Parts: sequence; structure tokens; C-alpha cells
Amino acid sequence: MSGPTNPPANGADEAGPFAFTKANLALADEIIGRYPEDREASAVMGLLDLAQRQNDGWLPPPAVAYVAEYLHMPQIRVYEVVTFYSMFNLKPVGRNQVRVCTTTPCWLRGSAAVLDACRETLGIDLNETTEDGEFTLTEVECLGACVNAPMIQINDDYFEDLDGARTKALLDLLKKGDKPKPGSQTGRQCSAPLKGFATMISSAKTKGTEGD
Amino acid sequence: MPKLTIDGVEVEVEPGITVLQACETAGVEIPRFCYHERLSIAGNCRMCLVEMEKSPKPIASCAMPVAEGMVIRTDSEMAVKARRGVMEFLLINHPLDCPICDQGGECDLQDQALFYGFDRTRFEEAKRSVKEKDFGPLIQTFMTRCIHCTRCVRFATEIAGVEELGLTGRGEDVEIGTYIEKALVSELSGNMIDLCPVGALTSKPYAFTARSWELTKTESIDALDAVGSAIRVDSRGGEVMRVLPRLNEAVNEEWISDKTRFAYDGLRRQRLDRPYVRRDGKLEEASWDQAFAAIAGQLEDAPGRRIAAIAGDLADCESMLALKDLMAALGSVHTDCRQDGARIEAGERAGYIFNTTIAGIERADACLLIGTDPRFEAPLINARLRKRYLAGGFSVGFVGPEVDLTYRAEPLGAGPKTLGEIAAGEHPFAAVLDDAAHPMLIVGQGALARPDGARVLATARRIAEETGMIGDGWNGFNVLHLAAARVGGLDIGFVPGEGGLDVAAILEAAGSGGLDAVYLLGADEIDMAALADTFVIYQGHHGDAGAEAADVILPGAAYTEKDATYVNTEGRAQHGRLAVFPPGEAREDWKIIRALSGVLGRTLPYDDIGALRARMIEVNRIFAAPDEARPAEWGAFGTPGPMDPAPFAYPLENFYMTDPITRASMTMAECTALARSANKDKTGTDG
Ligand code: SF4
Ligand code: FES
Ligand code: FES
Repeated sequence: MSGPTNPPANGADEAGPFAFTKANLALADEIIGRYPEDREASAVMGLLDLAQRQNDGWLPPPAVAYVAEYLHMPQIRVYEVVTFYSMFNLKPVGRNQVRVCTTTPCWLRGSAAVLDACRETLGIDLNETTEDGEFTLTEVECLGACVNAPMIQINDDYFEDLDGARTKALLDLLKKGDKPKPGSQTGRQCSAPLKGFATMISSAKTKGTEGD
Repeated sequence: MPKLTIDGVEVEVEPGITVLQACETAGVEIPRFCYHERLSIAGNCRMCLVEMEKSPKPIASCAMPVAEGMVIRTDSEMAVKARRGVMEFLLINHPLDCPICDQGGECDLQDQALFYGFDRTRFEEAKRSVKEKDFGPLIQTFMTRCIHCTRCVRFATEIAGVEELGLTGRGEDVEIGTYIEKALVSELSGNMIDLCPVGALTSKPYAFTARSWELTKTESIDALDAVGSAIRVDSRGGEVMRVLPRLNEAVNEEWISDKTRFAYDGLRRQRLDRPYVRRDGKLEEASWDQAFAAIAGQLEDAPGRRIAAIAGDLADCESMLALKDLMAALGSVHTDCRQDGARIEAGERAGYIFNTTIAGIERADACLLIGTDPRFEAPLINARLRKRYLAGGFSVGFVGPEVDLTYRAEPLGAGPKTLGEIAAGEHPFAAVLDDAAHPMLIVGQGALARPDGARVLATARRIAEETGMIGDGWNGFNVLHLAAARVGGLDIGFVPGEGGLDVAAILEAAGSGGLDAVYLLGADEIDMAALADTFVIYQGHHGDAGAEAADVILPGAAYTEKDATYVNTEGRAQHGRLAVFPPGEAREDWKIIRALSGVLGRTLPYDDIGALRARMIEVNRIFAAPDEARPAEWGAFGTPGPMDPAPFAYPLENFYMTDPITRASMTMAECTALARSANKDKTGTDG
């Protein structure tokens, strides 16, 4: 797991000042509106996500400060959130953020090969960005898709049931500018069993459900 | 009241407390790192695990509320094994550097490791290391030692009210730090050193100077502000090595300000360690006999009305009374302890003390601050106000320049005009006070140490009377003092007698040749130039302004070097104790005055401190009840009349340097520089 890096000492950055666009201002207020009136700090994750999306996938210090001020929170409280979640980036990232799950279930199912394929295909190591700014590779903890392990997340989509070759194919498509289909890469439907149903196959014969 | 069984013993406890607290009442100590009774519950260290019947897993006792019928085991195999496990995890990344760690000998982790530690390690990966953080000139960080209990974060956020510290990252990368790398500025920051259960936060000035077990510990009272915090002075070989807080729920709880804690290096610098006599315009070393002879020569033919005495801010009650008695014997009524010219009279005690008491603040529900910035004038009183504020339902308003008190306070106006409106019930805040069940006000020296101070005082009294601050079992009228000597001085009656001169008048008389001698008892904050050619006797411990202007210097003892009484702003008389001897030929102050009285042929009638204290009780009964804050009877004080419309100004220019000791302290100088630069960044207020 990689640690977050501290922002530059002076708090300023080449990124310049930050402010929500008009559309995002409306969205921000909608998000805040989802929480009780004196609990606006609850909207911090939503607003950080919004800010990050507006800013090419990362949060420069002015954006963190902006969100803090927007929600009347001390900056350190927002910074704690930003550094806790691996989904928030404090450094510029590539257009495609490839997050490889390496937690136990995925690892047992071959995440090492998936990670290797990523390294090879993209020519970068963990926490690096390709020179063309297209890909950033990171390692993450369980993303909750273990049933279809191993998996990776690229931006907002999950790609599951991977192995080395499938990962490479997927990334090659992306490199060409194509849009690979999210979900299982073996054609499995959602998280249905691979070889047909294995449980609850005999019809239920309990009282009350007779004739089923 | 819920009943529960702890280690086989049935106990009945208050509802709403935690299992850990219940264990404590049952006399069972639970090891803990993150839990602290004055901070919110974090429940993150897991050291307090105990076994609870019907729970498959051990529970964190600090975060579990008690319930009827609980069966708790703190000594079962499960509980002990759980603690061993937690300890092993904590030690995975904790360095084994106890021999070079300042916390060694007083470290919670070290102590607990003795009971629950494993003497080998099963962890074979690399230990992590963490970069040091900048916590300012007072706190040394060794962040690799941090166990992430977050006590420091909670202290900064909850007690100190500076929300700048946080826990960043997650898992193995978790760190304590500030967002933008900058020094943490708080007048209470040193308390984090005490709170930190390991050696991650230690005292920078104390670094590597002593081991805790070689120190002599003396329980005493702080004299660097008028709060009178309970302190412990740790010394070795005649030197004060550090100052720590002692518990006193009524005054400082278990905190002290950074000034109280860190100014002690000033006790070693610029000390007056022998008498001096000015000869041909130059101060020269002298013996006690020579110094006394010089004084006797000057006073021999001087009539009492041409002699005056001023007591400074650090003066103790014993020496003030001895000096007052000596002045009386010499026929002088020109004595004053109000260096700053505060217009407070010695008569009505309720008119010059903090009647509500510090602990009483917690009962108040509205507060009016008049010309005072308690955050820097009395950090522990401000901490109490903040505590009260956080409990909810406490409106605070202030009359004076903009301040940052660490809690919400409404700016009401700049000065007497606003005050007059409140008194007349024409200001909206008057209604707030009116509606409060326990309203209080605090009037500071910024409002009283001005020519119209007595009128301001009268207006404040009127507000107190009109808004129901004075009632059965409640007195909401409070004067906040800055000097440890002040209330004691007023209690002793170290004020001008019948027809006597006050400080301003003494200076004026001295300037025009109207006085033959002025006796300065540690008075350094007056305009020395105004004394002109008058013969000046300076008795004190530091080579500060007073010593420079002196013709004879009598070297006295600092507050850590004498058994002495101070009365805090609440009117609580407390005994400070001798921790180390005064340096060189310096002596305890009352003894100097007693010896001088003999040379002058007017021997004071007390030979030991017991006799002197008996005389103090004779002068004022409050000295018969040390450590108590006795309610004072309400009376008339202040002088009604029109006030000068000029706005109030806060009296402290620099919190860190207020007296000869703090002005001599290098540590305080560093803090001053830091506060100045922080203020420049901030567009600014106080500091
Ligand atoms: S620095 Fe000390 S008080 Fe702060 S979290 Fe670490 S161990 Fe706890
Ligand atoms: S372990 Fe990879 S998604 Fe859960
Ligand atoms: S003391 Fe209970 S979890 Fe730390």
C-alpha cells in the first residue's frame, strides 16, 4: 500500500486557485441538502469527489482548502479524509486510473499476474503515470467485488474475472482509445456462478410452498 | 444505578459511565493509552480490552457504557491474552530506544510493556519510520514512537481550541500532523507532552537534561500569572529542570500554560546573586552589611512622608506585609502594589476578586468580557470558559478590540460607550444577561488600568447588579488580574494609607525631588526614568529595569526559591514552596526586609515565617484558610461617573514575556518570535 504524499509546504501549488463551476456549485448544494442542516460536514466526501472530477482527477491544496471553507470545516479535518481514502489523489494522475485490488481474495485468485500484466502493458510501476499522461497505476485494498476476483477498477468501472492475458487485452483496448465493456471479462452474468447454479437447485419442498 | 460484577465482586455504579470507569471505582486499574478522562473517547488503542460475559470477543472497556448485570473479567486468560496481543502489535513499529528517550521512566508504554510485553519479536519486516513534525520551539517530536492514540489531536481540538492537528493516512501510513507544515501555535501546547503516553512528544527545552528518577519534586504554586496554577517543580542539584502541572480541579484541572511550564530557564539567567551599591554612578558588588548601611545612611534623616514603596507583580504576601510594616514603622503611608495603575481599591474584596471562581464558570450560562482577552491573560481561565462553551448554552460577548478566544464570542463594541449601553439596558446583550440564570462578567485590567478605571468598575458593578449577577449562592462579578501579587497585595493592604501616594503620584513626587527614597519590591514594570535622581532600593531576583535604576540592590528569591503565599485572582491564598535555594547570597524576601528593619532600628516583631503568617492572619482572615476561595460579601465599590469614551486596549502586548523571569527566558524569547511571525501571516489580532 502506498502512502499519501504531503502537500507542498507553502500550501500553494502550480494548480492555482480553485472554485466550483456553476454546474458543480448547484451539485454541491444538492449534496449538502441530503444531510441534516447542522451536519453539512457529512457532505465532505461528495464535495471532494466533485472537486476531484472537476480538476482532472486530483485534489491540489487549494481545492482541499476550498472544500473545507465551503463546509466550514478546519482544513485538517478535510485533509484527514483525503488521505484516508485511496480514491482521493493529492498528485496529478493519468486520464485512466488503474487500481489493482491485491487484497487476499483477489490475491488468492491471481492478482499478482494481473498486476504484472499492468506493469508490462503500461510500462510503469505502482504509483507512476505513463509519460503520455494516459495511465496511472495504483494498488488498492478490497473493492468489494471479491466474488469475481481478481479485479481492477479503471476510473468509475470495475473489470472482473481477470488474468494476465485478459488484463493486457483490456489495457490494449484502452490504449487504442476504445471503450472495453465493464464487468466480468469472461462473459459471466453479473456475479452468477461460473458453471451453472451450484446451490438451491432442487425445488423447495417445504410446507407452505407446495406446488412450487 | 446499574449493578455489575467486576472480577467476581458486585459493584453498583453511576449510570452512563463506562466499564473502564466502573472498574476504577471498583479499584481495578485498566491499562490504557488513548483514554483520558478529560478528552473525548476515541477507543483506538485497544489496550483496555476486558472480557465481558456473553460477548464472544473482548471489549474495549473505555468505550463501553455500563449496563445492568454485566459480568466483567479483567484478569481472565482472554483479557490478559488480548492485552498481550495489543501490546505486541503496538511494539511492532515502536522503536526500542527507551535508553535515549526522555519519556523513559515515566512512559505508559514502557510501564505496560513490563506487564504485557513479549521479550522477543515475531515481526521480521522492516519497522517503519516517520518524519519529525514541527510542533514549535517547545515540543520535540519523535514521530516514529507515536502509537496513534490521538490524545494530542483531541487535546488541540477540544481543550486548546486550535483545530490544526490531525491523523492523516491510513493503516501503516497513518501519521499525526498538521495539514500545511507549520508550527502549532497554542498557549496550552505543552500539555500535549504530558498527555502523550509515549515519547513521541517531549519537551524541547528539557531534552536530554535529566532523567525523571533523579529529580527532586516540589509541589508549589505558579506565580507567572494570577491564576495560581498548581505546579510541581522538578529540580536537580539546585537547579529547576522543569515545571509540570499538578491536579487542582478548582483552578487549573491538570493543565498549565506554556508560560508557566517553560519559562523556568529564565530562573537561571540574569540573576541578582549578591547585593550591589551604586558608587560614583556605578553599581558595584557589596556585602549585605554594606548594602544595609547604604540604605540606613539614606533613610536616617528621611521623614516618613518622603519615603515610598512599590510592590511588583511577583511579590509574595509575606514580603509585602513585612515591607508594609516596615514602611509604617518608618512613618510612611506611600505604599502601592498596583504597578499598572489599576483603579481598584483594597476595601471591598468582592470588588477585586474573581467571585464566580474558576470552577464556578461551569455553572454560568452567559458571560460578558470587559476589556480582557482571557486567552492570553489567564489561559487556564479561558480553557474553563471554552469548556463551558463546548457544553452548550453559553453566550459570550466582549467589549474591546477583536479577539480570537477559541470559542464563539460576540463583539459588542469597543469601549465604555457600549458598556454604558449595557448598564442602561439599552444594548441587546443586556437582555441576554438578564435572561440567563447565572450570568457573569469578567472585567480585565484593560478596562481598569486607565484613569477612568474606577468609573468603569462602577459601571461593571451596576451591570452585575442590574442583570441579576448577584444573588443567592451566585456571584457573577469577576475581576481578572494579571499579576500573582495583586490580590494578595490588596488583601494585605499594600495600598496608599491615609493621604498616601499611589504609583503615579509616587513617580511624580520622585520626579520633582519630593521623595528621598523609593523601595521597589520586585517592581520592574514602572517608568524608571520618572524616578529621576531619587534614591532607589531595589529588592528582587533579576537584573531587569528596576535593578538598573537602583542605588542599592538587595538580591531576593524567585517564586521557586521560597516558601511564600500568593493569592490568586479568585482570592484563593496558596502556599508556594521552596524547590531550590536562591543563588549566591540571595535570600528569601521577607527575611531581607526583617534583617533591614533591624539595621534601621525598627525591628519587625516576627522571627520566623510562622510568626509572620500569624501576623498575616491578623491583618486579613483570609490567610487563615489557605487553598480556599471564600465568598466575599457584596458591597459598594468603584466611583460612578462619566467614562472616557476611548476604547479599551488589552494589557498584554506579549503573552510570553510579562515579568523579569519570562523576559530573561530564552524559550519565551523564541515563542515570542514565533508568535510574532504567525501574527504577521494572520492579519492580526493579539499574541
Ligand atoms: S504523538 Fe503521542 S499523543 Fe499524539 S497520537 Fe502519537 S502517541 Fe498519541
Ligand atoms: S479482495 Fe479484491 S475486490 Fe475484494
Ligand atoms: S483505552 Fe480503550 S481503546 Fe484505548
